[in-house]
Formats: sequence, C-alpha cells, structure tokens
Amino acid sequence: MKHTISVLVENKFGVLARIAGLFSGRGYNIDSLSVAETIDPTVSRMTIVAHGDDRVIEQITKQLNKLIDVIKVQDYAGEHFMERELILVKIHTTSQTRPEVMQIVDIFRGKIIDVGHSYVTVELTGTEDKVDALIGLLKPFGIRELVRTGRIAIARK
Amino acid sequence: MKGCEIVVEALLKENVQVMFGYPGGAIMDVFDALYEAPINFILTRHEQAAAHAADGYARATGKVGVCIATSGPGATNLVTGIATAYMDSVPLVALTGQVSTQMIGNDAFQEADIVGITRPITKHNYLVSRVDDLPRIMKEAFLIASTGRPGPVLIDLPKDIQKAETAQTYPESVEIRGYKPTYKGHPQQIKRAAEEIAKAKKPIIYAGGGVISSDAAKELKELAVKAEIPVTTTLLGLGAFPETHEFSLGMLGMHGTVYANYAMAEADLIIAVGTRFDDRVTGKLSAFAPHARIIHIDIDPASIHKNVTVDIPIIGDVKSVLKELNKLIRKCDSAEWLETVKGWKEKHPLTYDMKGGKLKPQFVIEKMRELTKGEAIVATDVGQHQMWSGQYCRVTKPRTFISSGGLGTMGYGFPAGLGAQAGFPRELVVVISGDGSFQMNIQELTTAVNYELPVKVLILNNQYLGMVRQWQQLFYRGRYSSTCLARNIHCPKICDGKAGKCPPYVPDFMRVAEAYGAMGLRVEKQKEVVPALKKAFQTKKPVVMEFVVAPEENVFPMVPAGASVKEIIKGMELV
Repeated sequence: MKHTISVLVENKFGVLARIAGLFSGRGYNIDSLSVAETIDPTVSRMTIVAHGDDRVIEQITKQLNKLIDVIKVQDYAGEHFMERELILVKIHTTSQTRPEVMQIVDIFRGKIIDVGHSYVTVELTGTEDKVDALIGLLKPFGIRELVRTGRIAIARK
Repeated sequence: MKGCEIVVEALLKENVQVMFGYPGGAIMDVFDALYEAPINFILTRHEQAAAHAADGYARATGKVGVCIATSGPGATNLVTGIATAYMDSVPLVALTGQVSTQMIGNDAFQEADIVGITRPITKHNYLVSRVDDLPRIMKEAFLIASTGRPGPVLIDLPKDIQKAETAQTYPESVEIRGYKPTYKGHPQQIKRAAEEIAKAKKPIIYAGGGVISSDAAKELKELAVKAEIPVTTTLLGLGAFPETHEFSLGMLGMHGTVYANYAMAEADLIIAVGTRFDDRVTGKLSAFAPHARIIHIDIDPASIHKNVTVDIPIIGDVKSVLKELNKLIRKCDSAEWLETVKGWKEKHPLTYDMKGGKLKPQFVIEKMRELTKGEAIVATDVGQHQMWSGQYCRVTKPRTFISSGGLGTMGYGFPAGLGAQAGFPRELVVVISGDGSFQMNIQELTTAVNYELPVKVLILNNQYLGMVRQWQQLFYRGRYSSTCLARNIHCPKICDGKAGKCPPYVPDFMRVAEAYGAMGLRVEKQKEVVPALKKAFQTKKPVVMEFVVAPEENVFPMVPAGASVKEIIKGMELV
C-alpha cells in the first residue's frame, strides 16, 4: 500500500543523504521524494511516497523519528490531505496529430509550454490519478521524455 | 579560543578522564592542545583498538568512551569499532581529523568522507564547517551519545577549523528539537502490565543490555523477587540479574541454556525489559513463544513491534518504568511454574565431558570463575570461547561482562579489556579470547605493557576458527575450508585435522608475550590450570596465558539459525 509521509527536517547539509541512506540500508522502497525549504529557513520538508505493508510503514516512521535531524514525521494515510504533482512531458507530434494532443491537454487544463516541428512539451499539475490519466492518453502519440516532481501534500485541517 | 582548544575544553567540561587514540597530520592541532591537558591519554597501536578500548571503558564505567584518530586511514580504521558500539548501543564519541574545508571533495591527501561512511553506523555524526558551531556540536555529541538509547557519535574536524578562532563558549546546556527521548512510561500501560503479571501462571522476565544501560539491576531484582518470576538474560544483559540467584535461568538464545529456552517457549507471559528480540534469541520467528502474551519495556520506540508483535508496549527508561511498575506488583500464581522450571534446570544442566585427554575450554572458564569468585571484570572476544564464557561465567553484577554481541567483532576483547582496566585500575580484568581473535589486535600488548594495564588474557587455543569450524562440522559435512589456523602451505589441501602430522602452531604466544614485555604462561594439562591462573592473578604485569584445549569441542546447546526451540541440539551424540 502506498503511503505519503511528510517529514520536517533540519535544513542542514547531509540530511537528505541520511534519510536516503536509512531507506536503502533497511531495504524500504521509495517511490518518489520531494524536498524544499519551508517558511522557516532552518526547516525543510521532505515528502516521501513509499509503499509497503503496515508493519513496514510503522518501522519507517519510527526509524525516521529516531534520526536527530528529523523534527516531525506525519504519515498522511487515513487523514484528509490534498496532494499534487507537477509533470513536464514531451510528446511526439505531427501537424496532423497536434490538434488532438492540444485538445486532450486542454481538457485536463494542462499547458503547452513549448512547441517544435515534431513535438510539444506539456505541463500539468494534478492529483496522481489525473496525472496518470493524462500520461495514459498521451502514450499512443509517443512520449519522448517525461519528468515528474514526485508528490507533495498538505493536510486538510 | 582556537577550535582545537575548544575540543579539549569540551572534554574537560564533560569530565573525560581517559581517552584513547592515535595521532596523524590532520589532527595535530588537537593533539597539541592535549599535550598538557589533565586527561589520561592512552596511545594504542591501531585506531581500531582505540575505538574498542573506548567502548570497553564505556561499558565498564558507564561513562562516555572517547577515541580520536586522524583523517583518511585513521578514521576508516575506527569504522569497525564504531559499528561494534552502534550495534550494542554503547555511548562513544569519536573525534576524527579532516582535511581543510577548502580541500574537502578534492581527493586530497588522507581525505575520506568519514561522515558519509559512518552515517549508517552512528547514532548521529557531524562535519564541523564553522568553528562557531564547534562548542555547541561538542555538547550535543556528548548529550546524544549518553542519553536515550546510547550510541556512538562521530565529529569530523577539518584542519582549518581546528586552527580557527571563535568567541563562542561551551554552552551550559543544549536543546535539540529533533531529539526528545521518552523516559517516563505511560501510566496506563504500566497499570495494564501489572494486571497482566498478576494474572500470569507461567511468567518469565527476558532482560537485555538496556537494563544495564539504564542502571536498573536493583529494580529488576525487586520485580523478579516480589512477583516470583524467573529471569533469563541475553548475552548483553548478563549481570543485570545475579546468575547465582535461584530464579536465574542464565543466558537464553542460540547457545543459551536448555531451561531458559524451554521457559521462553512455554511461558504464558514474557516481560521483555531493555532488549530487542534479536534473531539469536528468537530463532524462527513464526515459532517463537507461541503461547505467550508479551510486555515490552524499552526506551527505543523502533525496537517495539520490529521483529515480534507485542501486546503491551511501554516506551520509557527501564529504571523509571520498573520503579513505577514495582509499586503495583504483587506475587503472582507462579509456584507450579517455578517447580517445572526447576525440574528443567535439574534435568538439562549445562554440561561437558572430560573425555579425550585434552584440556576442556569450559573447565578453564569454570576454574577462572571459581578463583575470581565472579568478582573480576571479564571481557571476551568472539566465537566459541565467547559462548562458553556467557554460559559459565555466572555473572552477578552489571558492567562486569563485556562482549561484542550485535556485531560479533573478533579482535574486540583484548582492547576492550584494556579500556575496562583503564577505567578500573585496581580491579582484576580477565580477557577470554581465542587463538584467532587474539591475533587481530595482538599489537596492543605494547599498550598493555607501556600503560601498565595488567589484564590477564586467557587464550583458549584450539588451533581453529572454532565457531566456524563447528558449523562446518554440523552443516557443511565437516569440510573445514580455511578454518584451521595451524595450517601452512605444506599441509594437504583436504585435511580433517586427524592425520596427526600438523605443523607446530604459529605463533608461539609465550615468546610473543615476552617479546612485548608481558608474562607468558602455557598450560596443557588439567592439573596445571589452577596453579597457572593463581600465578597470573598474583602478577602485577599483563599476562598472556595459552591454554591448549581440545581442538574439536563444540558449543552446546545450540538452536540452529532459523530454527525453533524444538530443534535444539543438546549434544554431539544427539545431532
């Protein structure tokens, strides 16, 4: 089962390496990882999407809490939270297929941010389902390159 | 003050009286600041030994052990010692020199990313990038090492930082927002635990190193005696409960006593205190303690539910939790169970035979125990002799049995014994080692002699890498691949050790001891054991005693790895 874990950490050099090392050392799977400063410049937030059974996720959360540089760990499972991911995807297009691609992107309220003779680059922000759906619809045209930020999340209350 | 002076000031403020290490280019400024400092600095002959000595010192005294090395190879030589301390939760502060901050990442001379290398084996580590941070970092390091679940902390000190000046002073206290261990157990959980104990008919206490770290032997004894519950300890918990007490079941686990393992398997309530359900104790998890409800008291939340699901977890400092629990404890209905357990003790005692004409290692350990009345501090190396030590030392006091359990580091025993001796100069320190283990840090005989640390080393020389040989005998059809330590290039490729044409054993430990200025004693016959031990214990010098013991003696009982207690092997004839 997929879990979104938000970790507040000291904004110091080496913290990312420590957390990545924790995961790899214990064999936990990271699906995606996003990290940046918060409003407090001494604190960074890492959003980790990991999958595993309840036992594994419990251990991940506890091991993260053990780290000195970790200030707070929040597993969003079961809670109400908003999640988003940003993707940039380069689609192969011909003059014939371009209108269709643009239509699909429009329906998803995505943006075309770059266009060339044989490609367009699309930017989309959305939930995992929305992003996966767009990628699915664009696949038949030929995806040249796909870059994802990984999920970020924020609690509802 | 300069960075190097701040380091020394911090050590003095933290009441560091003894430290171990080895200098080098990148750490010279700190050594210069140490030159006239009132700290007993013990120069070892390998950085690994410095780390093990600091570890042994910490385990024996309860204080934070301090070791120091230079950058690059000096730092990497500490790695095994730091990992050893990490696995056994020992409070250690390791200081390493580093190349100047501008040179970091440039593949400079004697540069190693020791912070990166030790990240997974330290409780925390630091690279000091600004000298203004140094006082706070030193304070934090000692706090982190010694509180909560103890562990090693490494501080990497670049050369320019050691030379730089700062006006920052050593803080009175520090607060780390990401580090707030829980000491006080939840009162509701403690109450539930007391209720479970009152109902139990077949309870057992399973105590580990956490009881000793928490200095909770008195509270543990009170619990056991008040409620009338038998007690078994792990290797690291030996001494948490006196093994001479009638409720003691000795050590449990892979090479623990039959009765301790049976009691765990048949218990209806296991009270786990300061321990982590390690695989050497549980064996096959699916078959572990099938009938028992489990109370688990530990300061580390990550240990709880890690291997085994427990019914009543209590996160907190063992001493504090037991104090509260003892207020609610009454005698439980365990009389019949105590009789059953007593019966197992009588029917399946630890045993060995005296057949074969050669000296038995268990006999040597028993005689040592007898002569020292269990008052000596015992440090062991790793292997068969370590397991026999755990079985036959009958430890009664905490911090008197020092052994590398989690990592199982050969070469640990001798330097750790030296560290313990440095902490207790007037106590008798005995190191039980093997011919394999002792050679890994044999160079520390210089340290023993030069610093007059009169440890008594008992080498149980069976000419083999004993524990591995035992496994080869039991599980690999007796194929002794690279476990014979007497072998030289003239020996036949395939040899079962019985051809009788073995070359003389290299080295001659007696001559090695004498070359270093220590006393050497060799014992081959049973009747020589006691006089030799007496002579050694009366000598004021370090002593190396070589006991030539039966080469193929095996450690029993044994619960093979991944097996359950039902598959316990009680002796060779029952294999």
